[in-house]
Amino acid sequence: MKFKALTAAAALLIAMPVMSLAEPDDDHLVINGDLEIVTKTAAPAHMEETGIDTIMSGWHFRADETQQLEMDDFDNPGMIFVDQAIDSWNAVEGSAGKSCASCHDDPSSMEGVRAVYPKWNEAAGEVRTIAMQVNDCRTTRMGAEAWKYDGGDMASMEALISVQSRGMPVNVAIDGPVKAVWDQGKELYYTRTGQLDLSCASCHEQNYGNMIRADHLSQGQINGFPTYRLKNAKLNTVHARFKGCIRDTRAETYKPGSDEFVALELYVASRGNGLSVEGPSVRN
Amino acid sequence: MASGVKPRVKVPKSAEAGEVVTIKTLISHKMESGQRKDKDGNVIPRSIINRFTCDFNGQNVVDVELFSAISTNPYFEFEATIPEAGDMKFTWYDDDGSVYEESKSIKVG
Repeated sequence: MKFKALTAAAALLIAMPVMSLAEPDDDHLVINGDLEIVTKTAAPAHMEETGIDTIMSGWHFRADETQQLEMDDFDNPGMIFVDQAIDSWNAVEGSAGKSCASCHDDPSSMEGVRAVYPKWNEAAGEVRTIAMQVNDCRTTRMGAEAWKYDGGDMASMEALISVQSRGMPVNVAIDGPVKAVWDQGKELYYTRTGQLDLSCASCHEQNYGNMIRADHLSQGQINGFPTYRLKNAKLNTVHARFKGCIRDTRAETYKPGSDEFVALELYVASRGNGLSVEGPSVRN
Repeated sequence: MASGVKPRVKVPKSAEAGEVVTIKTLISHKMESGQRKDKDGNVIPRSIINRFTCDFNGQNVVDVELFSAISTNPYFEFEATIPEAGDMKFTWYDDDGSVYEESKSIKVG
C-alpha cells in the first residue's frame, strides 16, 4: 500500500509541472529594456458573453527561452525581415517609377496604422487589411505587381509597418460601416469546421491554457502578428495562421485574402482591443 | 552572391579595462544545406557560411568553422575581455567566395 501511495505521489509530481507549463505565466514583456508592452488587460466590452475577462497575448503561453527572444530586437529573428522590408520600402518598382518612400517618406509615417487595421475604406466601400492596402498601393499607385497575400515580401512589409506602432494599444473599430463584416467574422469564429468539428472558440475560448497534444493553446490573439515561428524560421501572416488552424480541423480552408478571412481577422483583432501591438513577435 | 545577406553585430560602445562584455553577431543567410532537392529532383548545391572569425586590434580571437547542419541566419554570441580600446573586426566567409565584413570600435573608460 505504502508503495502505491508513493507512486501516486510521484505521478502527481511528474504531472504537475506539465500542467503548469500549459498555463499562461505572469512575466512582463519589456522590449529593448524600455518599451513596455501590455500583454494582459481587461477584455473589451463586446466579449462579455464569452466569459473571458482578461485577454492575454500569446507571449504568455510560451516558454521562457522563446519569450526572451522577443525582449531584444537583436535577438528577435523577425527583425531581420523588418530590415529587408526597409529595402523594399525604398525600392522603386512598377510603371509609375515610385517606391513606398515616394509618397510615404519614412516608414515611421506608418505609426499607429497597425493598431487600427483591419479598417473601413470609404473610397473602396470595403473593409481593408494592411496587406490589401499595400497591394492596392502597389497596383494602382506604383503600377507594380501585387505581392502574394501571405508571401514573404508581404509578411516582411507588414512587420515593418507593425514595428512602427509597437507598444500602442490595438483599437479596431467594430461599429458603423464595419458592423456587418464584424458580425460575419464572429459567425465564422463560432462555426465548427472539418472532420474534427472544431471552431476557433473550441480551442481559443474554451480551452486556452490547456494542451492540444504537444502544444499550448493560447487565446489566439493576433496583436503579435506577423509572427516569427521557430518551427518554420520565417514570418507568418494572420491569414496563413488562420489557414493552418482550419486545416488542422481537417477542413477545406478559405484562401488567404478572401472575404471570409478578412472578416475573421477583423473579429479576432477586435478581441485584442487593449493589448499592445507586438509584431513581429516570436513564437514556437 | 547569395541574396539578402546582411551581417549585424551588437557590441557595447565602451567598457572598463579588463571588463568582460557580451558580443552578439548574426548574419542573415539562407544556409542552403546541399541536402535538399528541387522540384525536378536535382540536388540544390550547398551554399552556406563556412567560417566566421573575429579579430581584436589585428589579433584573432575567435575562429569558427561551420558545416551544413547549421540553421538559417547563423547567430554567434560570445564573451570577450576588453584589455584596451580598439577595433573588433568580424568576418564571414561564404561558400561562393564572398566575404562579408563588419567592424566596431570599443572605447575604454
